[in-house]
Amino acid sequence: MEGNIGELGQYIGVGLTAIGMGGAAIGVGNVAGNFLSGALRNPSAAAGQTATLFIGMAFAEALGIFSFLVALLLMFAV
Amino acid sequence: MATEAHGEATGLSFHPMDQFIVRPLFSDGPVHWYTPTNVTLWLAAIVLATLALLVLGTRGRAIVPNRSQSMAEMAYGMIHKMVGDIAGKDGLKYFPYIMTLFMFVVFANFLGLLPMAFTVTSHIAVTGVLALAVFLTVTIIGFVKNGTHFLDLFWVRSAPLAIRPVLAVIEVISYFVRPLSLSIRLAGNMIAGHAVIKVFAGFAALILINPGLGALVTPVSILAVVGMYAFEILVAFIQAYVFTILTCVYLKDALHPSH
Repeated sequence: MEGNIGELGQYIGVGLTAIGMGGAAIGVGNVAGNFLSGALRNPSAAAGQTATLFIGMAFAEALGIFSFLVALLLMFAV
Repeated sequence: MATEAHGEATGLSFHPMDQFIVRPLFSDGPVHWYTPTNVTLWLAAIVLATLALLVLGTRGRAIVPNRSQSMAEMAYGMIHKMVGDIAGKDGLKYFPYIMTLFMFVVFANFLGLLPMAFTVTSHIAVTGVLALAVFLTVTIIGFVKNGTHFLDLFWVRSAPLAIRPVLAVIEVISYFVRPLSLSIRLAGNMIAGHAVIKVFAGFAALILINPGLGALVTPVSILAVVGMYAFEILVAFIQAYVFTILTCVYLKDALHPSH
C-alpha cells in the first residue's frame, strides 16, 4: 500500500459523486413516469408534448451530469 | 485522458478510456493545432456524410422520394417543425443555424458508434465550442432584438415584488450555466456510453484467461455489449435532439424574453 492521504480522499470523493447519478435517475424517472401516466389518460394530447418531455428530461439529467463534472474535476484538475 | 501505457499479459488488454485519446494520423510526434489527427479525420467524415445525405441524397428531387431523399426530407421537416413550434414563426429566420447544429451533432454521434471510430462529441473542447457559439448567438440576438428589455428575462414581472430579487439571482445563475450544461450533457453522455461498452468488452475477454469463470461471464458481457450498443444508438439520436431543442428554447427566450 502506497500513496498519500490526499489521493485517497480524491478517489473517495469521486466515488461519492456517483450518488448524484442516483438523484438524476430518480428525477428522469419521475419526468418519464408522470409523462406516461398523463399520456395514458389523454393519448391524443401526448404527441404534442414530447418536446416538453425531452426538455424536462434534459433539465433533470443536467444536475446528474454536474456530478459527473465534479468527478472529472476531482480526477483530472485537482 | 489516460495517457500512460495500460495492459498486462493477462487481464484487460485495453483501457476503456483509450478510445478518447487524440492521436496524430501520420506520425507519433506531438499534437499541434495544425497536426492532422483522428479528430480531423472524423470531423471531415461528418461533413462528408452530411453532404452525402443532404446534397447527393436529394439530387433526384423526385416527387416520390427514394430512401435517402426521404431521410433528408424527414430531418429537414423535423427540425423545421421544432423551430417553428418552440421558437415561433420569427425564429424560423435562424433555422439554417439550428439545422447545421443538428446535422453536425447527429452525424458526430452516429459515426462515433462505428467500431474503431473516434467520437468527436465526446470531447468537451468540441461540445464546449458548439455550446458557447449557441450561448453567444442567443445573447447577441436577445440584445439586438429587444435592447435592454432582454433583461426582463431575469426580472420576473409576473412574480410578487418581494421574491423577484431571489428569482433574479436564480435566473442569472441558470442563464450562465446553460453553455456548461449544454456541452457537458452531450460530452458526458457520449463518454459514459462508450466507456461502458468498452468495459463490458473488456470483461468478454475473460474466457481466454479463466475458462471456468469466463464461461459464465463472457456470454453475459457480450449480450450486455449488444444491449448497450442498441441503447447508445438511441442515446446518440436523443442527445442530438435534446441539444437542438434546447437551442430552440434559448432562442425563444432571446426573441420573447418576457415570461
